[in-house]
Amino acid sequence: MKYAYYPGCTLKSYADNLESSVLAVAEKLGIQMEELPHWTCCGTVFSQADDDLVHQIAPLRILLDAQKVGAKKLLVVCSMCYNTLKQASLLFEKKPDKLETLNLFLDDEDDYLGEVEVVHFLQVLRDEVGIEEIAKQVVRPLTGLNVAPYYGCLLLRPQEVAFDEPERPTVIEEILVALGAEAIMDPLKVECCGSYQTVNNKEIIADRTRTIINSARSRGAEMIALDCPLCDFNLDFRQKESEKKYTDFFTMPILYYTQLMALAMGINGDIYGFDKHYVDPRPLLKEYELI
Amino acid sequence: MRIILKGSKVKSKLTEKVEKISGQNIFACYQCGKCSAGCPMIDSMDYMPNQAMKLLQMGAAEEIINSKTMWMCASCHTCSVRCPRDIDLSAVMEALRLIYLRTNVNKVEPSQIPEEELKDLPQIALVCNFRKMTR
Ligand code: SF4
Ligand code: SF4
Repeated sequence: MKYAYYPGCTLKSYADNLESSVLAVAEKLGIQMEELPHWTCCGTVFSQADDDLVHQIAPLRILLDAQKVGAKKLLVVCSMCYNTLKQASLLFEKKPDKLETLNLFLDDEDDYLGEVEVVHFLQVLRDEVGIEEIAKQVVRPLTGLNVAPYYGCLLLRPQEVAFDEPERPTVIEEILVALGAEAIMDPLKVECCGSYQTVNNKEIIADRTRTIINSARSRGAEMIALDCPLCDFNLDFRQKESEKKYTDFFTMPILYYTQLMALAMGINGDIYGFDKHYVDPRPLLKEYELI
Repeated sequence: MRIILKGSKVKSKLTEKVEKISGQNIFACYQCGKCSAGCPMIDSMDYMPNQAMKLLQMGAAEEIINSKTMWMCASCHTCSVRCPRDIDLSAVMEALRLIYLRTNVNKVEPSQIPEEELKDLPQIALVCNFRKMTR
């Protein structure tokens, strides 16, 4: 399994522990990820305006970069990049006239032909590697660890980008069960964390985060496993604000699902970055003798 | 909420603009309220998403353009996937933001974000916010 890989800006900075755990897990599972030789920011969000073509340039460049290395599929890990690139690729497929205008504007020797398929790492894990194969690689099962999956918005919505059931996704649960953990069902797993409102309305995020964490805890969760770096910032770092605002709020560790996969697969080394989290997950992981 | 309707208002330019930018038919909405029921940001809005649709249908341009609703929207697409009339309400919110931003004003002023906030915020949050809140 060989893929052209688009990391995006956040995986090289804030969420470098997401990237390092993804790469370690991919190596273990035989997924070859070749980073695009050239890439730029995808713009982080898809422009939903019909008359706003200029914001489609950023994702178009990346899809063209993928086409230039001969990729049929482009593998993306960050859920926001995934959403932006996926929506853009579908737009270019459906609206060739817009693609033509953009190709002209881009002034590149090559035109983007509209054929690259954008896939998410979770999709590759489920559909190409297979959950059973993941289970086979587990050497240190996460027995007894109660984990609530959290999907957020952009993996699942709008419907066209979803590779799982938008209202009732299960892919992270399936992986957690394969790792030997207890997957806690929580209806708020598909509820928005408040997203970019974190910049100018962080008190709202403090509330969203508290609601989501308390809901998971009330169902028995000890930690949350998620996929999106922005959700991670809101659910992990904004707990600081939830603590300030609510004296009865108790923090909860937030991990990327790939960090849990790496732990269960017995991967050692400097890939976890647990010291980067606001809520330190190490006491809980030690309790379960996972570190 | 007291709004005076006139014939000239109902055929509002604003509603037309919103339809054009969002590519959605505002008049397809039959006010079931499902969008508002699932909106995670509703507590911070003055008009609920379905009320925003109603205001647009009535051509109440001023009320909607001065409301907080589209600025509190987090573009989570929940309303869009649940609407029984297949209206992409998230795109309608985007159109409302753009109509304001295209008058060449910012909703969030990047230079006004305090330094101690900036050093914490990952760029994914900043770029995303500026794409939605600045011109
Ligand atoms: S869900 Fe759709 S039809 Fe129902 S009120 Fe909202 S926009 Fe209108
Ligand atoms: S996209 Fe905006 S209006 Fe729609 S549910 Fe999400 S926050 Fe509410």
